[in-house]
Amino acid sequence: MSENGNLFAQQEANRRRSRRLVIGFILFFAWLGFGGDFIFYEYTKGAGPGAYHHVVPFFGIILTIIAAGMAWWAWTTGPKRVLWSTGARELTDPQTPQEQQLDNVVEEMAVASGLPKPKIWIIPDADPNALATGHDANTSSIAVTQGLLDLCSRDELQAVVAHEMGHIKNLDVRLMTQLAALVGAVTLIGDGVGRMFFYGGNPLGGLGGGRRSGGGDRDDRGGGNGVLLIVLLVFWILSWILAPIIMRLMALGVSRDREYLADAMSAQFTRNPLSLATALGKIEDADAPTKSIKGGAAQMCIADPTGRHLNSKEGKLAELFGTHPPMALRIARLKAMGYQAPPAAIPGSR
Amino acid sequence: MGLIVLLIIVVVLGFWFVGVYNGLVALKNQVFNAWKQIDVQLKRRHDLIPNLVETVKGAMNFERDTLEAVVTARNKAIAVQAPAAGAAPSAQQVQQTAAAESQLTGALGRLFAVVEAYPDLKATGNVAQLQEELTSTENKIAFARQLYNDTATQYNTKQQQFPANLVAGFAKAAPAELWEISDAAERENVKVDLSMNPKK
Repeated sequence: MSENGNLFAQQEANRRRSRRLVIGFILFFAWLGFGGDFIFYEYTKGAGPGAYHHVVPFFGIILTIIAAGMAWWAWTTGPKRVLWSTGARELTDPQTPQEQQLDNVVEEMAVASGLPKPKIWIIPDADPNALATGHDANTSSIAVTQGLLDLCSRDELQAVVAHEMGHIKNLDVRLMTQLAALVGAVTLIGDGVGRMFFYGGNPLGGLGGGRRSGGGDRDDRGGGNGVLLIVLLVFWILSWILAPIIMRLMALGVSRDREYLADAMSAQFTRNPLSLATALGKIEDADAPTKSIKGGAAQMCIADPTGRHLNSKEGKLAELFGTHPPMALRIARLKAMGYQAPPAAIPGSR
Repeated sequence: MGLIVLLIIVVVLGFWFVGVYNGLVALKNQVFNAWKQIDVQLKRRHDLIPNLVETVKGAMNFERDTLEAVVTARNKAIAVQAPAAGAAPSAQQVQQTAAAESQLTGALGRLFAVVEAYPDLKATGNVAQLQEELTSTENKIAFARQLYNDTATQYNTKQQQFPANLVAGFAKAAPAELWEISDAAERENVKVDLSMNPKK
């Protein structure tokens, strides 16, 4: 079927995005670390024979080790920490009819999507929301809030769970976990280095330590590159300051398209796009923020837990800064799938 | 020069052949796997039914036929299930299973409708729980069937489309049978007798 072919294309696209993300991250860090080394090397090159020559790129090596370690740690523990930060409890032995229903619905959607059954978590929050996280289909988790269980009918709950299964089947969960890990690493290191810039006095003194004199001026371009050096230095410092913001914007851009696709996959699994439309309507109407879900996990939820007011307007601002597309648009697309609205009525439909 | 061009064409064709061949084999295995998923769900349904019958029997003395219809349909369905061990489903097996199971679906549908008509029965926790369990099982069967039909359609389309159909013979690809509703029983609307008259 065409949507299945599309699915493999989507998985492949996500794998490509994952690779590009990691490569981009490595290059960015290489610039942050080894770029600084290069500037320092150029800066100390002209100094006298007794002065310090920056030859060994300590800055780059140390930063690479720290960043790799942090990204690895964030990747392996990421899903656990997301669930932990929401205060969710795992549903292993369903007791109440409500829990039994959730357990059954998740299993049904696992059957429909042909994936192993994910772990189920319940977030004790009265606002309806749901999220999926994990590394791949075998280690995934789906978490729903108590509010969603209380508010939605069986069909609506099924549609929401199917949306989350769509994220898992697309490998969105992997991309998101990766993204969160990298954003976290950059933000933390950026904060640390920023503190050194602003409070540590000599900007490069902090990490560039290890006084060692070395010879070997392999590349002597003369003294005419003073301006170039300053431009490089300014650009380098700017990258440090802007790093967390750039990473965040990248995260936003990646996550918004995913929502339309997961909505479509929910419709494919349940063959009932209208129940997801009504569920999204209910989630939208309960306009209290989901307090348990922190900003860092926002792009993993079915509806933006923080800036919901942005999503209700179909403005350019909402398009740019929301982690999710405007709810009205999503509902309109779903209704078109259920033949309840003409496709022409959807702005931005292709 | 001509030799090199020829060589390149042969290599490209070889890669294309291997790619299509492997794609077809992967799809075939997906179809088998999807069929096994249906089997798992059907087995669960068969195991649940005696439980359900036991629970509602006492309270539904005057709905004997409905209950009996469920039990016979289940036994028939199990009898069909038996030969389908391991191997790929033949067209005949798919049809037989589909027919027997749709009988069972129809019988269960009538039983559900009857249970709805007995509020006292519905109110007991046991029945409500069983009903959720059976609803879920019915859903799972429907979703497993949906996955099987989707995968089988994808497999059939792939092997019939040109030029992949040239490779289909080498990959021993044969069209998979879809699970269709062949029996009128499943299409039938459920009729409920609310007169509460004892039946024989």
